[in-house]
Amino acid sequence: MNDWDLIIKPKTRWFDLHLGDLWRYRDLMMIFVWRDFVASYKQTILGPFWHLLAPLISALIFTVIFGEIARIPTDGLPPFLFYMCGLTAWNYFAACLTGTSGIFISNAGIFGKVYFPRLTVPVSTVISSLVKFGIQFALFIGFMIFFSIRGSAIHPNLIILITPYLLLIMAALGLGVGIIISSLTTKYRDLQVLVGFGVQLLMYATPIVYPMSAVPEKYRWLILINPVTPIIETFRYAFLGSGSFSVNHLIYSNITTLILLLLGILLFNRVEKTFMDTV
Amino acid sequence: MSDIVIQVENISKYYRLGLVGTTTLEDDLHRAWAKLRGKPDPTLKIGQEENNGDDDHIWALRDISFEVKQSEILGIIGRNGAGKSTLLKILSRVTAPTSGECRVKGRIASLLEVGTGFHPELTGRENIFLNGAILGMTKDEIRKKFDEIVAFSEVGKFIDTPVKRYSSGMYVRLAFAVAAHLDPEILIVDEVLAVGDAQFQKKCLGKMREVGKEGRTVLFVSHNMGAINNLCSRALLLEKGRLVLDSTAEETTDKYLGYQVVESAVATEEEINKRMGGKILRDFAYVRLKKVALLDKENNTKNLFDADEPIQISLEFECLQSVPDLRLVLFIVDKNDTPIYGSQNTDDTDIASKFSHIAKGVYKTVCVIPPNTFGGRQFYLSIHILYPKIEHIVLNKILQFSVKFKGYNQQIQYGGNDWAINVWPMLKWSLH
Repeated sequence: MNDWDLIIKPKTRWFDLHLGDLWRYRDLMMIFVWRDFVASYKQTILGPFWHLLAPLISALIFTVIFGEIARIPTDGLPPFLFYMCGLTAWNYFAACLTGTSGIFISNAGIFGKVYFPRLTVPVSTVISSLVKFGIQFALFIGFMIFFSIRGSAIHPNLIILITPYLLLIMAALGLGVGIIISSLTTKYRDLQVLVGFGVQLLMYATPIVYPMSAVPEKYRWLILINPVTPIIETFRYAFLGSGSFSVNHLIYSNITTLILLLLGILLFNRVEKTFMDTV
Repeated sequence: MSDIVIQVENISKYYRLGLVGTTTLEDDLHRAWAKLRGKPDPTLKIGQEENNGDDDHIWALRDISFEVKQSEILGIIGRNGAGKSTLLKILSRVTAPTSGECRVKGRIASLLEVGTGFHPELTGRENIFLNGAILGMTKDEIRKKFDEIVAFSEVGKFIDTPVKRYSSGMYVRLAFAVAAHLDPEILIVDEVLAVGDAQFQKKCLGKMREVGKEGRTVLFVSHNMGAINNLCSRALLLEKGRLVLDSTAEETTDKYLGYQVVESAVATEEEINKRMGGKILRDFAYVRLKKVALLDKENNTKNLFDADEPIQISLEFECLQSVPDLRLVLFIVDKNDTPIYGSQNTDDTDIASKFSHIAKGVYKTVCVIPPNTFGGRQFYLSIHILYPKIEHIVLNKILQFSVKFKGYNQQIQYGGNDWAINVWPMLKWSLH
């Protein structure tokens, strides 16, 4: 009589995470990834090309406004490539964060009617963002080659090898913060509105349109407290050879990410049981 | 090794009524801080006890316990708000119980609402894969069942059209087809048969029976008593969150239908006086009805009859003075007030003369509706009492009764819900 497959109880233990379920539902995750990708480009003319066009336009606008008009230095790099580099990495983080922050609200219909491990949704968002990142990344590499042929001082180095690790931290950080927000939005809808602002503000608190070297010494801590900063800096250092690379900063980023992710998963796990009653 | 696949033990669930989530973050923080220090909730109003307010809480389920064996098809019935859907939601893990525990053996697939998980922009084909995966199938399983699903849903030609262009009927058919072709050990189905046309409903019922025969367990909520009786061996009756009866499907549906007969099988004088309409003489009254009762052939009052037993309608009335011409008319009407059956005391020529020049006094008259008259439905009795051109008393729907129709031929399985017809007398047939 002890061989029950499932025991439904009022409350689960904090660490009852059912991560094995995630693996069992991997097909569902892949279909979610594919759905995110396909569904968003049905009935558009350019389709997935929007993934190329959007960062291109952003980088161009940044080049005009911050490079040409505001003349913010770019560590001697071609401004366009400088912005493109930061944006490519940032967009991945931002997509993970905004994508996962609204899942309880936007999926209330499905969640209320059928059970599947809820964590599949944010995780698949992170994976589908990775696909979009891949497209932008290819574009970025293309421009990198183009600029280096034209003789710009670009110095890619071996740090490139830790790119997957950087992506992993960004994904984990975006996921962690995203699901914290999504768990809280089931009760406090205000947060959902704040996410839009928050992500934009956070971008300006990250060295994307300016290099770390252009930040006055006394404000530097403010930028460094942002756990995304070391990731973007390292990313840029690896591919373009400018900026800073500090193991300590990366470790800081790493620890913050782990704490936020753990907190997020625990909170998510609490909320998913009863959110249907409050959403 | 026991073959019990679901064990539900003292499940309760309560909901807060009113606006949930109107608390502010500040209140919540105060509350959390107080809880940490073991103090009472500071945001509660004075006099309001924690988690106990009757006004703003409701027990959707209260101490429900039952067990389900393998390959059993269990029906769950009850009126709206009885807690049926909440129970299914807990079992399918959409929401958690407030207290109690359920133990389940095997994979559960639930169909609480058809077509959730469909993405409008995707085609039928794409949605089959999406929906199947949401319900817990792997890609290979879906691929294997794909043709069967399409055939069952009858949307073949439109399979590569985005589902947002589907008619609602097509949408529902496709969704049910996906769910029905799952291979879970336990299938939970909420009232989904209300959608789709009659033919498709029949197909769905057939499919569910097939699922049960394959050794899988089905939990099935429906308001269609015919379907419950037809499909389930056992049924639970819920009422206001409590389990009232756990018995055979027939017994449970009987009890449920019995509950719906709001009046008793007897109308007393007080009740009659309250309901009396028509042309009534106050000062110089001729006739007053004292009591109306429905009886079976052993003269027991009751209001749930089998189709093959007679129904006796007994009227007690008083003539306050002699009446030269008294007519009693009985109407059986359906719930839409359509009269479907009638009889008048003067129809019976043997006693018709007794009602002319009836003397002052108290009388009792009984009208017998022969067995094998009605189909399985609910009926109402309306009574007209006339002294033509002088007094005309009307009692509309004074009593209610139900008839259970099982079919006259016990060798034959009568189909689906077709007995829910008003009049179904046993007629003579011939073949030449």
